[in-house]
Amino acid sequence: MTKLADAIIVGGGIHGCSTALHLTLAGMKPVLIEKDYAGRHASGVNAGGVRQLARHVAEIPLSIRSMGIWERINELLDDDCSFESHGQVLVAENETELAACRARVAELNALGFTHEELIDGTELRRLVPAVADTCPGGVVSRRDGAANPAQTTTAFRRKAEQLGATVREGVAASNVRREDGLWRVDVGSETYAAPVLVNAAGAWAGRIAAALGEPVPVETVAPMLMITSRVPHFIDPVVILRGRKLSFKQFKNGTVLIGGGHLATPDQDRNETVLDWPSLAISARTVFELFPVMRDATIMRAWAGIEAKTKDDLPVLGPSAHHAGLYHQFGFSLHGFQLGPGAGAVMAELIVNGGTQTRIGDLSIDRFRPSNS
Amino acid sequence: MNAAPQRDAYDVVVIGAGPAGLAATATASAAGLSTLLLDENPGPGGQVWRAIASTPVTARDQLGADYWAGAELVGEVRSSKAEIIHRATVWSLDRHLEIGISIGGASAFVKARRVILATGALERPFPIPGWTLPGVMTAGAAQTMLKSSALVPDSRTVISGQGPLLWLLAAQILRLGGRIDRILDTTERKNYLAALPHAFAFVTSAYFTKGLAMMREVKAKVEVTTGVTELAAAGEGRLASVSYVAGNHRETIPADLLLLHQGVVPNVNLAMAAGVEHRWDNLQLCWSPALDGNGGTSVEGIAIAGDGAGISGANAAVVRGRIAARGAVEALAPAAAAKLSPMAALHADLAKAERGRAFLDTLFRPARQFRIPAGDTIVCRCEEVTARDIVDAVAIGATGPNQLKAYRRTGMGPCQGRLCGLTVTELMAEARGKTPQEIGYYRLRAPVKPITLAELAAMPKTDDDVKAVVRG
Repeated sequence: MTKLADAIIVGGGIHGCSTALHLTLAGMKPVLIEKDYAGRHASGVNAGGVRQLARHVAEIPLSIRSMGIWERINELLDDDCSFESHGQVLVAENETELAACRARVAELNALGFTHEELIDGTELRRLVPAVADTCPGGVVSRRDGAANPAQTTTAFRRKAEQLGATVREGVAASNVRREDGLWRVDVGSETYAAPVLVNAAGAWAGRIAAALGEPVPVETVAPMLMITSRVPHFIDPVVILRGRKLSFKQFKNGTVLIGGGHLATPDQDRNETVLDWPSLAISARTVFELFPVMRDATIMRAWAGIEAKTKDDLPVLGPSAHHAGLYHQFGFSLHGFQLGPGAGAVMAELIVNGGTQTRIGDLSIDRFRPSNS
Repeated sequence: MNAAPQRDAYDVVVIGAGPAGLAATATASAAGLSTLLLDENPGPGGQVWRAIASTPVTARDQLGADYWAGAELVGEVRSSKAEIIHRATVWSLDRHLEIGISIGGASAFVKARRVILATGALERPFPIPGWTLPGVMTAGAAQTMLKSSALVPDSRTVISGQGPLLWLLAAQILRLGGRIDRILDTTERKNYLAALPHAFAFVTSAYFTKGLAMMREVKAKVEVTTGVTELAAAGEGRLASVSYVAGNHRETIPADLLLLHQGVVPNVNLAMAAGVEHRWDNLQLCWSPALDGNGGTSVEGIAIAGDGAGISGANAAVVRGRIAARGAVEALAPAAAAKLSPMAALHADLAKAERGRAFLDTLFRPARQFRIPAGDTIVCRCEEVTARDIVDAVAIGATGPNQLKAYRRTGMGPCQGRLCGLTVTELMAEARGKTPQEIGYYRLRAPVKPITLAELAAMPKTDDDVKAVVRG
């Protein structure tokens, strides 16, 4: 049986759920199809960083747009998503790194972006008292923070459903095709048809794009995280390092999340990842050196979420270059969580209004066309 | 015996030195395979033969003949060429058969061609009102103190629950001069009828006469109340009394110690973290690994023996250990397998050892109200989450144990779901009108046992590690 919808969204990560919600806010009735459950993969198990700091210039406008939504997330979703804004701090471990920070902030200022602010050693130690004395300064983005990723993704899904979206979980979308002017997708024994198709399938999105004749250089990755037992409160902002792979965040309950982008081996057909403990040991060593207070903490659990990483580490966001009614929203390359709210809003504008005020031109799928590369 | 492993790789790594692990080690080693036995305890024996090589309880009849049967197998392993490391915590196992171990504050990795998991059983959670009060403990914890240190209760003690181990513990406490004021038996009356079809196999099994004698021994000395349908512990800051309902009778007994036990379930954490497929066992009401006839799992190279493969007791565990090890020998050194007992003979032994199990499983299937609590009763001890909290989370969209983590942090504390996992699955299944199989279990992750940051940081670096980082 074929069911008609205003839009079909494939993928129930934060991006698909956010787009579903923003489409319902524009009066549309989308259907969202998720093969597992909303937030099962990277969207539900990432570090939860809500970060404008240290982003590629091409995605800063989208990140700023998203930040505005994060700051009113409770109004939008009736759920605070455990969002807290204590800033994010990038730590320079030596003068060379601090010089690079200085150049970066100057570059952003020249472009009119003011969210990143250079700080000296005194301000660094005021913000992050536990950091090693040898660190000379860094950069802070004061409005940044962190949220609970699974709670957030679920809240978007729930609100979208309340406002009229259909959410189908536990069955994969298959046989994606365009017939008689409509996109058609099989879900079990049913078929959905809609004039609009949004490809927000995360690690699985590359396959959909390729099957529709728009291959993108994208690989499946699984960044690892680990969390410690509770330790006495010692840090408020999220900390990332300039020179080494480390991100660091203490929750209200005292547990500390350690990430930074070391990768597990993904097995996306099994929904599994095999952790790389030697790499996690490197993260542990970095924390050991920079935060002596952490040395006796115990590691409670380590995990990795499966997601897509593009060749240039930038997402694909916007209309297809080939097909009417097809939109891509994937490839967020380890930093898509903060962008989710804004990307959904932008996507709804593209679909409903045919355009958006938010500058996303550099994120177009067009950049990977053979003639452009 | 407390050093790091002597090699980087072994033919067979056995995890757990209870009956199954000891038997597997003896068999694999006898066939000439390089074998490493890793165990968390200070000495061999697991729970059933805990402290077999060191217990201060030397009068043999106090712990019983079944206990001392372990000594022979320990001797067999100790005289083999197998390498044995005690106080070794295995905190990671993956489908590449890489094993992360913590020994004496340092981490090490070994690789195996075959892994035999013999991680045994855990006590089933018994979530009644007040079960988190100091003064309430599991029967298993009491038995550990008894075997390792000859400590028995001497204050007002109530034992409640059901199952063979409850009676064994009661008998052991009494033989060592300990005090038991009352036994509150929660066995459901309807189970006696349900178990009847299995009774013949049971009365002709080894369990029967031993079990009957033990219950008679205990009942001669302690008042036993049967048919208990409600149970609660109460007290300000620590246990002061135990209340129960049996039939129309309601009573509150003053107590200093309440020992709870309603059976054991497979200890699945390491196997699940390695990606081994498990299924809900509707008779034993727990997760059991999906296994082939020789204990092989869904992960190539990993086999499970003993109670971790499904509860069937120490005698069956020994046989299952030998079967799993023989499977490894057949795969790695087929010529050596000829020296071992034939597989058919082992399977015949196993059938004999498992005789009577269906009767016990049916009779001692714990009652719904003692598995699926309601209201303010704590389910997750680590995060103090109540049954009501979980039902409320279901109402706002938590569909399974993994989603519940985001709402309530259940299963994310130090116990890693060992004390709440089964309760959460069954509670959510009931709240959502689904089967436990459909609801599923926590996705478990290494480290399966917590390790310190310093210990992980001190992990040895190799050339491969450096390459792995460059690649990442």
